[in-house]
Amino acid sequence: MKKKQKIMLLRIAVSAVLLILLQFIPLPESFRLIAFFIDYLIISYDILEDAFHGIVNGRVFDENFLMAIASLGAFALAILSKSGDFNEAVGVVLFYQIGEFFQSYAVGKSRKNISELMDIRPDYANIMENGKLVQVDPDDVEIGTEIIIQPGEKAPIDGVVVSGTSSLDTVALTGESVPRTVREGDEIISGSINMTGVLTVRTTKEFGESTASKILELVEDASSRKAKSEEFISKFARVYTPAVCVSALLLALLPPVIMLATGNDPSWMTWVYRALTFLVISCPCALVISIPLSFFAGLGGASNQGILIKGSNYLETLSKAKVIVFDKTGTLTKGVFEVTGVHGNTVPDDELLFYAAHAEMASSHPIAKSIQNAYGKDIDRSKVENIEETSGHGITATVDGKSVAIGNSKLMKKIGLAVPACDDLGTVIHIALDNVYSGHLVISDVIKETSKDAIANLRKLGVEKTVMLTGDAKNVADRVAEILGLSVVHSELLPSDKVNEVERLISEKSEKDKLCFVGDGINDAPVLTRADIGIAMGAMGSDAAIEAADVVLMDDDPLKISKAIRISKKCIGIVYQNIAFALAVKFLCLILGAFGFVNMWLAIFADVGVMIIAVLNAIRALNVKNL
Amino acid sequence: MKKTYKIEVDCANCANLMEVEAKKVEGVKDAVVNFMTLKMKVEFAEGYEPKEVMEEVFKACRKVEPDCEIEF
Repeated sequence: MKKKQKIMLLRIAVSAVLLILLQFIPLPESFRLIAFFIDYLIISYDILEDAFHGIVNGRVFDENFLMAIASLGAFALAILSKSGDFNEAVGVVLFYQIGEFFQSYAVGKSRKNISELMDIRPDYANIMENGKLVQVDPDDVEIGTEIIIQPGEKAPIDGVVVSGTSSLDTVALTGESVPRTVREGDEIISGSINMTGVLTVRTTKEFGESTASKILELVEDASSRKAKSEEFISKFARVYTPAVCVSALLLALLPPVIMLATGNDPSWMTWVYRALTFLVISCPCALVISIPLSFFAGLGGASNQGILIKGSNYLETLSKAKVIVFDKTGTLTKGVFEVTGVHGNTVPDDELLFYAAHAEMASSHPIAKSIQNAYGKDIDRSKVENIEETSGHGITATVDGKSVAIGNSKLMKKIGLAVPACDDLGTVIHIALDNVYSGHLVISDVIKETSKDAIANLRKLGVEKTVMLTGDAKNVADRVAEILGLSVVHSELLPSDKVNEVERLISEKSEKDKLCFVGDGINDAPVLTRADIGIAMGAMGSDAAIEAADVVLMDDDPLKISKAIRISKKCIGIVYQNIAFALAVKFLCLILGAFGFVNMWLAIFADVGVMIIAVLNAIRALNVKNL
Repeated sequence: MKKTYKIEVDCANCANLMEVEAKKVEGVKDAVVNFMTLKMKVEFAEGYEPKEVMEEVFKACRKVEPDCEIEF
């Protein structure tokens, strides 16, 4: 508890005890007033001060002002009407302060909880200095410094292992529960926990640029990007408070004046009292605090599950996702390719693989890697020249003096060669040597175990259309789509075709339905940006994908997509519950208050009670583990 | 130039108001106050000294909440 909160708690306790004692101690009338007023000042001096301050600075209508006017007014009424009932005046402020105290405690607590969930960044790094291990501020560690990570510690900065072997727990980063074994030469990302051995790591990035810092910054910034419902509330609060103050004033003046004009008893006291209850009910705190808190809790809970959502606005959009477009490779399939056949070749298998592997040596595409694996020998880089990659077609290069063209049927067509049909299921990579067709490799990819469940879950969540876009051959794509139960599939697309296709899908759907694109972040940046929501999966370490995406899944499990949508639905549900509940209770009480059915005590419930319930409800958004 | 500062603010509405006030200060290109993380992100306009601008931002915020704090 902060010092401020402790003082507040003390004030609440003193004032409450005093209020109770005053009920039982008989005092002469004038003493009674003074005693109550002292009690009142104990609990409300800061409100009065802030209200005064607000008026001086030209901001009249805030909640302090509302409370100050309401409580002082209640005091004045009690004196004027000689009822001697000062309980209401003190009670109103007392309960208001209890509510405020609870709120600041609850918010502080959930702030702490959420930051603990996201606590993946250590605040020190160990370096060797004169043979001694010293803890230093990781901000001061320069690139290329050797740092020591002991068992049980988190890696503070991204780097490469110089010596030592160990297993790393990366569950906080990737959600992957199987520890990763690292040895000399392996890269490690910050935020992973060293479990077994001591590691010496040469840093490759600055602290601020390291994965853990980036993730944390991303999540912290997320709650600054306001959702539409949040903007609505802050706009609403700006209009609402002055409007209520004016209505209260009218309520206090208009009816008595009309009564007076018509020759009846004006009953000033009654109407002023009603106006004061009006003010108490009207505080917008329940909304102003609980909405951002719900989003913050939802974002925090999601990040704990390995789902980084870059803004409250995306959380809101995600809950409306009706069309989900998938990239195939690396998203629904493992993206681990294997060469499963060498067909139609006019040269020996080995030789074909030799040319293929060398031509593809500079490519990072999974297909290139699989060809290199199938070749299995070291690549002699000096033999390769003039590598030229045509996106969506393939690669041409000169290998060992021979011109090699390797790619799909489009590439072959471009250089004027006919391709034989291949019955095998998989991606077919054709190879031409010196402009003569020389055979093809069949490469297949494996579907992820969870892909099918993921699609089924999405349907259950009300997703109407699941689309797969791929640069792959039609037969492969159709087969995968059939196994997974996708509704639409478009194959043999160039990266630019994917953007066009997504744009077409966006124009087809209605405005309020949202389109979500899921990719592995490689070559997907334009589509990720174009979609209403771009989800990049398994994107740890790919800065471009993290930059372009709105939601980043730290591991590559497609089931996380439905989880993300469930989290968003829960969070948005809570937000709407709070808005509806708070507004309904307040408006009901305001109307009843205007007709005199609500006394000060009920008014306090309408304010403080609603706020407490809304805050408790908001905290529920944090609990998403078993969704 | 963008900088992040720690702030102490007690109510969410005040945080919103501080954001509005901070944006009005000369030399501030954009400002975001995040009540949940208690952080203020300020983007400074070209040719302004952050330290001096922040003095003014702090003054503006104090007008919203007299006991708020900004670490700068």
